[in-house]
Amino acid sequence: MVEEVSPSDPGGAPLIAANYTYSSITDRIASIVLTRPTTLGWLAGFALSCLLLITLLGAVSYLLLRGVGIWGVNIPIAWGFAIVNFVWWIGIGHAGTLISSILLLLRQQWRTSINRFAEAMTLFAVACAGLFPLLHLGRPWFFYWLVPYPNTMGLWPQFRSPLVWDVFAVGTYLTVSFVFWFVGLIPDLATLRDRATHRWPKIVYGILAMGWRGSAIHWRRYESAYLLLAGLATPLVVSVHTVVSFDFSVGIVPGWHSTIFPPYFVAGAIYSGFAMVATLAIPIRAVYHLQDFITMRHLQNMAKIMLATGMIVAYGYMMELFMAWFSGSLYEAYTMKNRMTGPYAILYWGLILTNILIPQALWFRRVRASVPALFAISLSVNIGMWLERFIIVVTSLHRDFMPSVWRMYSPTIWDWATFAGSIGLFFFLLFLFIRFLPMISISEMRQILPGSHVRSES
Amino acid sequence: MDSKVPRNPSFDLAAIRSRLASENGPRFWRSLEELADSAIFTEYLRHEYPRQASALAEAPDRRQFLRLMAASLALAGIPACSSAPPEKIVPYVIQPENLVPGKPQYFATAMPHTGYGIGLIATSTMGRPTKIDGNPDHPASLGATDIFAQASVLDLYDPDRSKAVTRDGRVSTFDAFLRALSAELESARTNDGAKIRILTETVTSPVLASQIRTVLQKFPKAQWISYEPVSDDNLRAGSQLAFGGYFDTQYRFDKADVILSLDSDFLSAGPARIRITREFSQRRSVTADTSMNRLYVAEPAMTITGAMADHRFPMRRSDIGNIARAVAQRCGVQGIAMPVGAWPWLEAVVADLKRHAGTSLVIAGPSQSPDVHALIHSVNHQLNNTGVTVLQTDPVEENPGDQRASLQSLCEQMRSGSVDVLLILGGNPVYTAPADFDFASGMDKVRFRMHLGLYDDETSQRCHWHIPEAHYLESWGDVRAYDGTASIIQPLINPLYGGKSAAELVSAALGNTLQSGYDITREYWRQQTGDSRFETIWRQAVQKGVVPDTTFQMRTPKLLSNVQIGNPSPPSNEMENVFCPDPTVFDGRFANNGWLQELPKPLSRLTWDNAAGISPRTAESHHLGNGDVIEIDSGGRKLEVPIWISPGHADDSVTLYLGYGRRRAGRVGNDLGTNAYSIRTSNAPWTAAASVRKTGKRWPLASTQLHQSMEDRDNVRTATVAAYSRDSKTVSEKRPAVSKDLSLYPKRGAGDYAWGMSIDLNTCVGCNACVVACQAENNIPIVGKSEVLRGREMHWLRIDTYFRGEPDGPEAFFQPVPCMHCENAPCELVCPVAATTHSSEGLNEMTYNRCVGTRYCSNNCPYKVRRFNFFQYSSYGESTLELLANPEVSVRSRGVMEKCTYCVQRINAAHIEAEKQDRPIRDGEVKTACQVACPANAIVFGDVQNPGSDVARLKAEARNYGLLEELNTRPRTTYLARLSNRNPEIPAEGHHG
Amino acid sequence: MSQTFSRRMNFLSRLTIFGAVFIVSAVALAIIEIVRSPYLTEAGVVRLQPVPFSHKHHVGDIGIDCRYCHSSVERSAFAGIPPTKTCMNCHSQVWSDSPELEPVRASFRNNTSIEWTRVNRLPDFVYFDHSIHLAKGVGCVTCHGQVDAMPLMWREKSLSMEWCLECHRNPARYIRPREQVFAMHWQPPAAPQDFGQKLAATYKILSTEKLTNCSTCHR
Repeated sequence: MVEEVSPSDPGGAPLIAANYTYSSITDRIASIVLTRPTTLGWLAGFALSCLLLITLLGAVSYLLLRGVGIWGVNIPIAWGFAIVNFVWWIGIGHAGTLISSILLLLRQQWRTSINRFAEAMTLFAVACAGLFPLLHLGRPWFFYWLVPYPNTMGLWPQFRSPLVWDVFAVGTYLTVSFVFWFVGLIPDLATLRDRATHRWPKIVYGILAMGWRGSAIHWRRYESAYLLLAGLATPLVVSVHTVVSFDFSVGIVPGWHSTIFPPYFVAGAIYSGFAMVATLAIPIRAVYHLQDFITMRHLQNMAKIMLATGMIVAYGYMMELFMAWFSGSLYEAYTMKNRMTGPYAILYWGLILTNILIPQALWFRRVRASVPALFAISLSVNIGMWLERFIIVVTSLHRDFMPSVWRMYSPTIWDWATFAGSIGLFFFLLFLFIRFLPMISISEMRQILPGSHVRSES
Repeated sequence: MDSKVPRNPSFDLAAIRSRLASENGPRFWRSLEELADSAIFTEYLRHEYPRQASALAEAPDRRQFLRLMAASLALAGIPACSSAPPEKIVPYVIQPENLVPGKPQYFATAMPHTGYGIGLIATSTMGRPTKIDGNPDHPASLGATDIFAQASVLDLYDPDRSKAVTRDGRVSTFDAFLRALSAELESARTNDGAKIRILTETVTSPVLASQIRTVLQKFPKAQWISYEPVSDDNLRAGSQLAFGGYFDTQYRFDKADVILSLDSDFLSAGPARIRITREFSQRRSVTADTSMNRLYVAEPAMTITGAMADHRFPMRRSDIGNIARAVAQRCGVQGIAMPVGAWPWLEAVVADLKRHAGTSLVIAGPSQSPDVHALIHSVNHQLNNTGVTVLQTDPVEENPGDQRASLQSLCEQMRSGSVDVLLILGGNPVYTAPADFDFASGMDKVRFRMHLGLYDDETSQRCHWHIPEAHYLESWGDVRAYDGTASIIQPLINPLYGGKSAAELVSAALGNTLQSGYDITREYWRQQTGDSRFETIWRQAVQKGVVPDTTFQMRTPKLLSNVQIGNPSPPSNEMENVFCPDPTVFDGRFANNGWLQELPKPLSRLTWDNAAGISPRTAESHHLGNGDVIEIDSGGRKLEVPIWISPGHADDSVTLYLGYGRRRAGRVGNDLGTNAYSIRTSNAPWTAAASVRKTGKRWPLASTQLHQSMEDRDNVRTATVAAYSRDSKTVSEKRPAVSKDLSLYPKRGAGDYAWGMSIDLNTCVGCNACVVACQAENNIPIVGKSEVLRGREMHWLRIDTYFRGEPDGPEAFFQPVPCMHCENAPCELVCPVAATTHSSEGLNEMTYNRCVGTRYCSNNCPYKVRRFNFFQYSSYGESTLELLANPEVSVRSRGVMEKCTYCVQRINAAHIEAEKQDRPIRDGEVKTACQVACPANAIVFGDVQNPGSDVARLKAEARNYGLLEELNTRPRTTYLARLSNRNPEIPAEGHHG
Repeated sequence: MSQTFSRRMNFLSRLTIFGAVFIVSAVALAIIEIVRSPYLTEAGVVRLQPVPFSHKHHVGDIGIDCRYCHSSVERSAFAGIPPTKTCMNCHSQVWSDSPELEPVRASFRNNTSIEWTRVNRLPDFVYFDHSIHLAKGVGCVTCHGQVDAMPLMWREKSLSMEWCLECHRNPARYIRPREQVFAMHWQPPAAPQDFGQKLAATYKILSTEKLTNCSTCHR
């Protein structure tokens, strides 16, 4: 859906404003980290996210003291916010890899200016996601029993359980994303090392740059390694959320037990991923005046991808309803009916509104061209995707097979604190990243300068 | 230490301690090792906060967090590394002969309840009574138990029991009390004890009675008053009216084809309830050779008896008297005017009764007037039931009489200052006495007041002296069953808190040399039996649990010709409130029993509260919803109580349950619910005109089942007897069967045994005995109201209750739901750490110490029988309650899943014994706790792959079906469908009254 | 401008890449070894007792049968620790005034138990039954070692679940004739495995599936 564009191509908006030279690009981006003073906005934002982070620490320590009982979970709704947030964050963590790897392999050069913090965002999102499966355990201190290792109990994990698959899927994803992100950083770290004026930055960036000198050999190896990693990461985009969706589709709970889950979870993940990228990119480019690098072209392409994946998700919802009717299963049918008319109906329709209806506006060129509109829509999608996970987890469980055990789920203050806290953690990391690392790839930006083709072919 | 206790030579705490420590089971009582001596022990008990209660503490303090944390981490440590702090083994100095360390012992004893005995077999684990079961040789038990018997063992260890003799609230000694008392008695000699009063509950104990009579001989003018708040006065008055004397009536439900119950909850009330349930359910278990009985019930609020009815007629309690008159008139009892009233079903019922003359049974509840009881006697006579299904004996009670009247006169005498010495032996009259007596203020005028009781309660608070009473598991004594059969109450442990039994106290008061309950009891029975036969009889009595040939002979009293029956009350529609004993805490005596507080009340499934029952229609007309607080005004006495809309409740009637609103019950029972006694007066102890006002306040009510409609699903499959006999497949083939080998996973090889369970929904009366039995057997914690409100109750076995039909007259169904032990268990596939697995004998095992608490298994369990320790519910290193724990079952820590195990500890024990004797396990050798407790024999457990086993036979029945079997979970627990034996002559809507 | 790092430093950065792999796996291996070492399992650690009771003397030299003191071992899950009375049966005559035995006499005099230190200890959630193991031909020595050579007691085996399973997964290797279970120096005949197989058959030892059910030991 994204048309192949080479920067020299006259058609299509430019990927980078004119009259930029290698050095000016480097100045522009590196200065954010090195020379420019820390802005008040940054400090304020950082302080706020620290506050939330402290909330998280508080909530978690109380959780460890008392037990998961402090949350709203009960029997039958034994999974609550923790799993909702886990799936939500993992989903958000998808755009990074997609942009970095798939678009790279597709030679979509427009990715360059956004891939760096998309990847960073991925890492942080996955880190947040990783918290929840651990915390929601009844005895978190035994989490390592899910990992196969030769123990004195002579036991292995139960490999038929999707939760064990999760450990591998998420673990791999986190590792690969990190390596990919770090490798991509190396040339820029070197740049920072060389341009840094003070001693300590020189040393720190120097260590991280691992002796990069930008020689032809370095570049060749770098390029091939980067491509290799991209190839490695590509299947993960599909695998991770597929496996996560198994957590549900393997269960026999009506509303979970469905083969549509993997594709529609992956689509949903990319959907929310891009929404989050947009949500972050728009303010950042405004604050740091990066409109020249993150151009309307980028935003519009992201909008198109959101529209496409959004439609897949909508299809997923429709198939769920269809199958409920088509299967003739009493329980499936009731679960769907209960979603639409039951005690949680308001959330279901909220989901339809925020996730399906509002994004339809993206069909219009004028909407795609309006930055505030895009920002609003991406926010709505973020909310919608969270609601989707809530609907899947809670409404399926709270009224399943036996009417005698039907119950309601109501989150406690600690549920909310942990959720807010995880957002705090996310932004805490993001702010540090913005401040101390180049949020746009200097080296790659150089490559898309009109004059740089010779180099980029090498 | 009491050397008289046979087969349990030493019970001092040091001994207990050593036994515990030398126990090779789980050592969750490790803390007891600190208990250096009994003094420290009692101290410890006084200060220790019971886990039971701390579960209720809404916000535990910081120290408790730390303790919980420590506990969890300590547990976390165990599997991680095997090095733990060095531990002591403390053997005996001299080991008792017949005690094998690590093996339980069993003793026959009996539990007095409202005076009448239930024969029990108590399990003693290294000197600690840990489990109660029925005594098959006892007429009132037949091997089964009820919730009260099951839960009584918790009372024994209740840390809130009174622990010291107190005078005016200050700790004193028993001797000091005796000195004070003897002084009083001395001065009383002058006037033959005219100012001495002894107040007891209903007494059937020959020993205690003889003791008291001796007192009455010494002091001829002294008086003995018996009072039970839930009394049988109306029964006694009724027999007085009908026969001109006191007679007890017994029933033979196994011989009754047609039963009409007028406001009688015979399945859960009365001293013969367990036996009656057994006999009644015999006639409900439909196999080829038995025919099913038919039950008509007319009652105001639905009871479990009403729920079992084939035709139930909800009606205001005050209207039931007219039904009795109408039935009597139709049955040809002389001199009865036919009351006005439209009962479309009446003729059909009477016809049915007449058709089965001699094999029918009409019974009325203790809350019905003496007139009604007199009428019922005549009706049964007319129907030739007398002598067949209805029998009379002399009263079993030692002090029969009008309890209410005698208590009233006592109050007047006290108020007029003509009582100097009041000895209250058990009971809690200050709390339970009729409100208009104002017992408390009267009692304050008595110069010397003594209260003997398990708890330092409302009454002891207003007495000069309080003496801790010995629990029945702590003291020797005797008690008679409903039919007069006497049992020896045999203790399993020395009094934990130095309590005295009533007989011991009286004997000491008399200055007898015989002071110990053991001597007193033996001495009495020696006199009864004569020295020659005594020892043999005694040994037999103590072993079997019943004293031979003490059962009362049947009597055939003549009906008086001129029975004077009052006129029928004109039909009215004014609001009335009726009183019932609470289904779980009874008259309030079990208020501090956490098991019974958290036990869901039948039908409403409420816990921790006594909401008032009210019919849907009445609720609608008063714009009331569940939890709305109403103010009941009964003759100027006002009571605020939350309501619970009860399907099948009579209109214009409010049911108040006694036993709540205690102020001095203990940390568990204090300030729960509302005190219905406060508006219960002597002239209207069961029914009173009342007005109801909505207050606008609301009160949270913790029900364990929020949804009681089956939602066009067939969890409980039903059929009418007619349809069933036409086509027995009508139940089993309701759903297309799923192919048995429909599974992705390789088939399992057959093990040596295939354990399975069959539950007969047609005989299950929903009495809850199984639930408490399970709790006692498997160390299941209670969680408190706040947690129940959040849906976190821990019962492994729950009794789902469904209603069908119009809300004002629905059918009700009970369905006990333990773990189904599915052969294709969904929970097993999703556990990431293999903490729940399938055993080679088909058990779905739960390994607590491997569980990390993902709770995925619970999500994937379609039956939702799994329970999760959201907090540290079970006690760790705390309180006497740990003495109660069953060492054969791990105590679960915070953060792990648990569920029904089919009592795997019992299966393993049987396995080991059989293996050692090199033989297979016999059918019926393994009985689950719920099965043993069940008075209806509704639960049968065994090896389903042995065609000869009972369970296999039942599963072959056409009524057999699996819950949600269309999911192909292939449950090992299956059900026998519920049948109803409706009278074709009664129109379908007839059963709405 | 001058470089912060010399070219030689690149060696370090390479090292970190390999280090990441090798160091981590080395640590993992170390942990795996440590948790099985006596340091944690306490196998072979001698326990001091209030009375220096020597199994070597009583079993090895005098030849008292295990069951004389551990009387419930054939009937109950718990082998049984002898009550003081059992000691006094002999020691009221023999060594009746030896100072070592004073604690025993004291215990008997004042009716206070001797507090022995536990040597073989399983976690609370493990339900081990001595009687059935004996009935199936598992000798005392198999788990408790040559107690007739132990002056003071120590735990012979790790008692870890792994160790239990070794036998539960293949009992034939470890069982002996029933009449030999209390023997201290029984040697299996040649071809122990087949011999064991035969015994297992005659003693109707349960299938490995049953023996490795979780509920066999945990409930």
